[in-house]
Amino acid sequence: VILVVDYGLGNLRSVAKALEAAGGDPRVSGDAADVRQAERIVLPGQGAFRDCMARLDASGLREALVEEVREKGKPFLGICLGLQVLAESSEEGGLHAGLGWYPARVNRLRPEEPTLKLPHIGWNDITFSVPTPLARGLKQRPIFYFDHSYHFDPDDPALVAATSDYGGPFCAAIQQDNVFATQFHPEKSQETGLRLLGNFLDWDP
Amino acid sequence: VLKVRLIPALLLREGRCIKTVRFGAARDTGHPVTAARVYDAQGADELLFLDISATREARAPLFDIIGQTAEQCFMPLAVGGGVRTLADIRQLLQSGADKVAINTAAVECPRLIEEAAASYGQQCVMVSIDARKLAPGRYEVVTHSATHRTGLDVVEWARRMAASGAGELLITAVDRDGTMDGYDLELVRAVADAVTVPVIAAGGCGTLEHLVSGIRLGHASAVAAASIFHFTDQSVIKAKSYMKVAGIDVRTI
Repeated sequence: VILVVDYGLGNLRSVAKALEAAGGDPRVSGDAADVRQAERIVLPGQGAFRDCMARLDASGLREALVEEVREKGKPFLGICLGLQVLAESSEEGGLHAGLGWYPARVNRLRPEEPTLKLPHIGWNDITFSVPTPLARGLKQRPIFYFDHSYHFDPDDPALVAATSDYGGPFCAAIQQDNVFATQFHPEKSQETGLRLLGNFLDWDP
Repeated sequence: VLKVRLIPALLLREGRCIKTVRFGAARDTGHPVTAARVYDAQGADELLFLDISATREARAPLFDIIGQTAEQCFMPLAVGGGVRTLADIRQLLQSGADKVAINTAAVECPRLIEEAAASYGQQCVMVSIDARKLAPGRYEVVTHSATHRTGLDVVEWARRMAASGAGELLITAVDRDGTMDGYDLELVRAVADAVTVPVIAAGGCGTLEHLVSGIRLGHASAVAAASIFHFTDQSVIKAKSYMKVAGIDVRTI
């Protein structure tokens, strides 16, 4: 079972629907017991960082995710806020603690050109920094849909799987062991996104 | 590098797509789900879906049709029309919308924008502003599908909405809607230059060159269009290749 983690915020249907189109059979649930039953776990992301953390804490999902993803090594895909909450902290709406899986902080984008608008909304190209099975069948610089004002900033550059550029480079995806997480939205990125989701379904880390 | 977005707009009334002229006379343009599927296949960057009779009929948005449309597209979907409460926003997001466009309710209850941004994030809050020209360089915000005047200056209102948490502004020139005479570039530029959030130009696009001028002269981050796709033989594919040849960085499939 592919589990789409429901923490009560945002558009989960689009993630589930895209996983179906990519050949999967996803289930949407916010129940920690379902996370424990799952073979693959997707943590989508919409909404505010603090609210997301509060819900992960209140529902027992935090512990379930640690056990299943970090200890048992189940394939994990984080999307947007689902990437950002893996950091130690975020400066969105005040300073808030994250899950702290990686030494990283979530900072506001500060594009060098002052004319660039925020949020960073729209389609932007990414460059993979490491060879990854998640990139199989994608173009050299595939274009994905982004919609965010904050970005994941890891201490260790080896964590970065892909970068993008908006008035300066920023981390567009991370990969370590069984964890892959994106700042962009594969579920909103048409064929390119569906291919990446298909690669996640086939991924055997 | 961030690509310029081309956004087809679908106006919904009584479950069908229609296209108005200056927010008035309407022509039927087909079924929303079919249209969404076609735009997705052509590589539209986003879809804007506005239920234009919801506010006037004082009813909630048509969640089921929005859900059916969302099922057909793997691109971002922005939905507006009749959005009045946080509960409406939540239900639209659950129906498959990625962003919610708020127009009349933002004027009647500006706090809604702050609350929506705090709960769901700035990135899913689009404020839609309908503008009517009073005099050169002077535009008034109108609501309820342009049937109510507000006395608000468009540029000031745009600044206030951006400061309140709007992640994006959709600026529609009521006097240009459906005329295919081109965007009101003076209006779009005045707003785009006044705010730090992205601005989507809407109202009046009738030729592919209008798309280019909306970006280049209007300083918009994205261009929305409807009539050109309904009533001419231009498609999203042709529009993007035209923009690309004109030197605008768009995504092509």
